[in-house]
Amino acid sequence: MKTDIILAGVGGQGILSIATILGAASLKENLYIKQAEVHGMSQRGGDVQSNLRLSSSPIASDLIPLGGADIIVSLEPMEALRYLPYLKPDGWVVTSTAPFVNIPDYPDMGAIEAELAALPHVVAFDMDAVAKEVATVRSSNMVLLGAASPFIELSGEVIEEAIRTIFGAKGEKIVNSNLEAYRAGRSRVNK
Amino acid sequence: MKRLLLGDEAFALGALDAGLSGAYAYPGTPSTEILEFVQSHPLTRERGIHSHWSSNEKTAVEEALGMSYCGKRAICAMKHVGLNVAADPFVNSAMTGANGGLLIVSADDPSMHSSQNEQDSRFYASFAMLPVLEPSTQQEAYDMAAYGFELSEKYGLPVMVRFVTRLSHSRGVTCVKDTPDEENTLHYPEKKEQWVLMPGISRRRYPLLIEDYRRLEEESARSPFNRYEDAADHSLGIIASGVTYNYLTELFPDGVPFPVLKIAQYPVPRDLVRRLSDECASLLIIEEGQPVIEQSLRGMLDLRPELYGKLDGVLPRTGELTPDSVREALLRLRPELECLRREPLREVPSVVTRRPPALCQGCGHRDVYHALNDVLAGYESPKVFGDIGCYTLGFLAPFNALDTTVDMGTSITMAKGAADAGQHPAVAVIGDSTFTHSGMTGLLDAINENSPILVIISDNLTTGMTGGQDSQGTGKIEDICRGLGADPAHVRTIDSLPKNHDEMMALFKEEIDYPGLSVVVSRRECIQTARRHASAAAKEKNSEKTPVAKN
Repeated sequence: MKTDIILAGVGGQGILSIATILGAASLKENLYIKQAEVHGMSQRGGDVQSNLRLSSSPIASDLIPLGGADIIVSLEPMEALRYLPYLKPDGWVVTSTAPFVNIPDYPDMGAIEAELAALPHVVAFDMDAVAKEVATVRSSNMVLLGAASPFIELSGEVIEEAIRTIFGAKGEKIVNSNLEAYRAGRSRVNK
Repeated sequence: MKRLLLGDEAFALGALDAGLSGAYAYPGTPSTEILEFVQSHPLTRERGIHSHWSSNEKTAVEEALGMSYCGKRAICAMKHVGLNVAADPFVNSAMTGANGGLLIVSADDPSMHSSQNEQDSRFYASFAMLPVLEPSTQQEAYDMAAYGFELSEKYGLPVMVRFVTRLSHSRGVTCVKDTPDEENTLHYPEKKEQWVLMPGISRRRYPLLIEDYRRLEEESARSPFNRYEDAADHSLGIIASGVTYNYLTELFPDGVPFPVLKIAQYPVPRDLVRRLSDECASLLIIEEGQPVIEQSLRGMLDLRPELYGKLDGVLPRTGELTPDSVREALLRLRPELECLRREPLREVPSVVTRRPPALCQGCGHRDVYHALNDVLAGYESPKVFGDIGCYTLGFLAPFNALDTTVDMGTSITMAKGAADAGQHPAVAVIGDSTFTHSGMTGLLDAINENSPILVIISDNLTTGMTGGQDSQGTGKIEDICRGLGADPAHVRTIDSLPKNHDEMMALFKEEIDYPGLSVVVSRRECIQTARRHASAAAKEKNSEKTPVAKN
């Protein structure tokens, strides 16, 4: 088993929580893991990404080579497109379509949607809306994790267990709303 | 036991497990998580291990050196440019030597993810004549802490541990010990005289340091972290140091076809380099940061034909390396390597635009810049000297409020120099943590000459850019300014809030027009730490109401 994932978003959106959960689940499954993060200045509302590599055999590089990612997982549609050179020819893009507009020249949404639609393998829907429906808008990252989970060779149970562990300290209510968001995301793709 | 740890965390845990007694640091990306990990570890509370932030990197190194003098094991962590601040104690600690194991971490930031330059810490170690450990994996980062302490105590010298961003901020599975070692007991250096660096003593000490450095090279040749890996194809030999070794092996899943010398401990073992050079027709040197190894191999005469690296452009001279830049370098040298070819890549669609970082909504620095810009619009050629922190983002749109940013503390000193040259208005903008790091001494200069500058200390009660660490001047900023001798009538305070916009403008204008030194402390808690404090308070309130079940 080997899955190379580019996690993308805007600083502060919560992509690192996705990485933390997948990391904990993979550690539980005794997999090898490498996960390169961005800290510091970019976290202040800039574009951020994390390279997450999961494998049943040892991993050499902390960085995913260009054209090597199995999947781009993004909380923001323009940010998903930014990392296309990293995607394998047959790779998947799983992204929220809810734009995060914190720049004056944010491009036309129609153009972004057209680029996404032109990709051969894409899952794109408004994850903020789904999160709002089942939990709170803050858990849209868990909707994304759910939507990406069918493409990652980890069982749904192991991921759910990791969500419980990671959010455990914040209380049962937070755990449950994150689980709800995760399941809602996952069911959107399984349908 | 297996744990998933950042490179920084793996090193911190390695140090704790090897009997650490004190950790010292000033926050700086990408080194910050080292001290944070020590602070949050239960062993730190249990044993009373020192883990308080220092005012700057110089005080941190000196405090760590004091602990080492007393025989205990200490680490000190900083970002690469922090080593400039700490250069004095760092270089001189090679002369005093160490007693308890002393590891000085300098984390380089190639690609300048969160820094102003790409300087390479290995140069410092080389002219100070200190050994360097450069981990390539999280596991090595963990293992090198214990190994480094032993090396430091064996030679009686501090050891530099060089990180780069890609290791500091990347997680990997790390096997760690179940039981931590005991701490050293208090004991003093055998060579007492060596710790008093008077010329007569240093003259006797220096030849011994030179001799130690020669022995350290032999030690490097035997190091478990340096490896000569032979292979069939001797047309090319490769030196790969630190994380670049990973990029090289990533490209050849079935094994690198060329001999490889993996370097993770310095000084570079010249016998192993000679062997590689003798046995291989050409050489490629892959190293992260500046071409330190490459320069030493080439020398000024550059006599070795077919030696490739960053200086000839085979590898990019700037920015961090990646598996892809190593791939391209190998393809340039060996176009016949079909296994390195790949299908054409997708391009970034042209619709994608830049998304630079920005000050948070609700950040007090915003209010400072709004008010300052509005005031300065009324002057002919105002100059604003910025500093290092979140508020450096004030250079970008929509503020475009800064003329300079150089290094920690330079806002005040450059504003003073500009005023010396006749500039008016000359305004310095500095954060609270940067002020206590390196601004106080510059302010003393300005006070002593009553320089006609306005110093705005934008106090957010934390070290914000690195994630909200304790700031050493919190609650003391005005006292510090007055204590240094600033006229109390011109040390003013205001809350950085949108509703105070007009009042802030009036205050700035008044102090700009005052023909002497003034300080305005503009204060508002960092929105990030304020949120964290609010949620911690809510959690506490919540846990009081609902008792948590324990099993």
